[in-house]
Amino acid sequence: MAHFDENAKPFSHKWMNERLAVDTLKRVLSTEYWIPKNINFLWAMGMVLAATFGVLLISGIFLLMYYQPNTHLAFDSVNYTIMSEVGYGWLWRHVHAVGASVVFLIIYIHMFTGIYYGSYKRGRELIWLSGMLLFVLFSAEAFSGYMLPWGQMSYWAGMVITNLFSGGSLHANGLVEWIRGDYVPGQAFLNRFFMLHVLLVPLAIIGVIVLHFGTLRIPHVNNQEGEEFDFEESAEMYKAGDVKHSKVIPFSPVFLSKDIFVMGIYFIIFFYLVFYHFEFAMDPVNFDPANGLKTPTHIYPEWYFLWSYEILRPFSTNVGLIAFAFAQMIFFFLPFLDRSPNVAPAKRRGLFNLWFWALLIDMIVLTFMGKLPPEGIWSTVGFVAALTFIGLWILLPIITIKEKKL
Amino acid sequence: MANDTKRRDFMGMALGGFTALGGLGALYAMKRTWDPLPSVKAAGFTTLDMTIYKENELAVEKWRGKPIFVLKQSKEMLDTENKNMSLLTGKTTEAMDKKRLIKVGDAYYMVCVGLCTHLGCIPGYTPEDKSFLCACHGGMYDDTGMVTKSPPPRGLDIPPFKIDGTKLVLGEEGPEYKKMLADGITMPV
Repeated sequence: MAHFDENAKPFSHKWMNERLAVDTLKRVLSTEYWIPKNINFLWAMGMVLAATFGVLLISGIFLLMYYQPNTHLAFDSVNYTIMSEVGYGWLWRHVHAVGASVVFLIIYIHMFTGIYYGSYKRGRELIWLSGMLLFVLFSAEAFSGYMLPWGQMSYWAGMVITNLFSGGSLHANGLVEWIRGDYVPGQAFLNRFFMLHVLLVPLAIIGVIVLHFGTLRIPHVNNQEGEEFDFEESAEMYKAGDVKHSKVIPFSPVFLSKDIFVMGIYFIIFFYLVFYHFEFAMDPVNFDPANGLKTPTHIYPEWYFLWSYEILRPFSTNVGLIAFAFAQMIFFFLPFLDRSPNVAPAKRRGLFNLWFWALLIDMIVLTFMGKLPPEGIWSTVGFVAALTFIGLWILLPIITIKEKKL
Repeated sequence: MANDTKRRDFMGMALGGFTALGGLGALYAMKRTWDPLPSVKAAGFTTLDMTIYKENELAVEKWRGKPIFVLKQSKEMLDTENKNMSLLTGKTTEAMDKKRLIKVGDAYYMVCVGLCTHLGCIPGYTPEDKSFLCACHGGMYDDTGMVTKSPPPRGLDIPPFKIDGTKLVLGEEGPEYKKMLADGITMPV
């Protein structure tokens, strides 16, 4: 057995160290976890996401105390009880709604930062893949949460999205009814999505966040120039006091203080939205209670799903489903479709730079088209943008294999 | 030593086997827990009195939580169908032009699940045009539930029905419904 000092005071530093190795933990997890110095504010998005997830968790806990997962009570428990009876209930709801929307904006920024700087190349594939897994889990979390107020948009989004599982011409109605637990979304459906939203999916998210952090450890965080350098050497330099010439900084307190500055600005904007512009995250159609016999005139998802929805929409059912599945899956394959060995910002990678900006602009166009009714010129623009999205991904291996080695 | 390894292998395989068996059992239980409840399945019948409907006036009933469109056909509507079908096929036979309609007494009715076969939105009916339009993705159907504009992959689905005098029982499969299924006019819902 290890040695325990009989004179150590309970809970003193020494006492804790002997039992929990707190010094080692602190060193390994923060003071000697090295981050490159050559980074910018975009490198703070990871911690901004972690903080936003924390805010969603806390606001969710308070909403959970009054929410009723029952088709007759859910709508009123949110729109009446939480909004007007519970003290500060409106605050938790608005924080939760704004947080759910903003978290996707930050996820997209985080993703496109990774794409721009090539932070998914050899050695960093698992960072990208675990990140994509988090994106899928956050999407599931957002969708299941959207069902809970049991308004018209909840009901009809639930109807349309679960119908996707019939697989078009495969007519897997049995699968759809199995997922719903009923012929149409009803009590069984609401209850199980409630379970997914408050337990299973958040649990999985927490697990994959830990994995995502773990995948960063060995390949290290990328830097602005994609430079490969000896982390050990730089770390020794830093520890020896040559902070100026070392290319790294410790996660805590140095990197974290940069992060907290960015978070400070982020939360000013976040709470401005919560207090003054929460309505962007609250669809007016969802303030009508769910009605299975009346479709809203125009069904659309929240903004963060619009681009993939627009890839589904302009095609016939089967082709649309295939295109949609393609759009959902293709980002996973990025580390293997990019054939160039260059780890560098896109601006130094020739055609890839064009590809990056074309993809970003195309996805913004798809997002706008997804919100517009599928009529006339907008139908055509959406169709072309959807084809462009697919085309760009087919082009990626070709343009990157031709890329000159830097 | 070799003997030891073998005995340990057996322990490992036995443990692994039983764990896998238990795991499969648990998965089956989980699958069954997600199945629709028997009470949900049992509440699946609706009886309609077909004499109350008016010509070219869409009625919306409810069966298994889904909207059911009932549209009694006027003489004019039946004539248009005759004309359309003869344009399409060059011949007119009763079997073809009214194949999607249900005859109860002397009248013909369109009875369909009122969910767009694309992604399940509820199309709206315009009596002047005798046409359904789905606002979600722009699909259109005629007054017998046939697709006239994509993306819907097929006409509105016809629910299982049984003709009982002047009544129609939804959820039960009568001979007329079975014939429609066999002819590929509709598919199981």
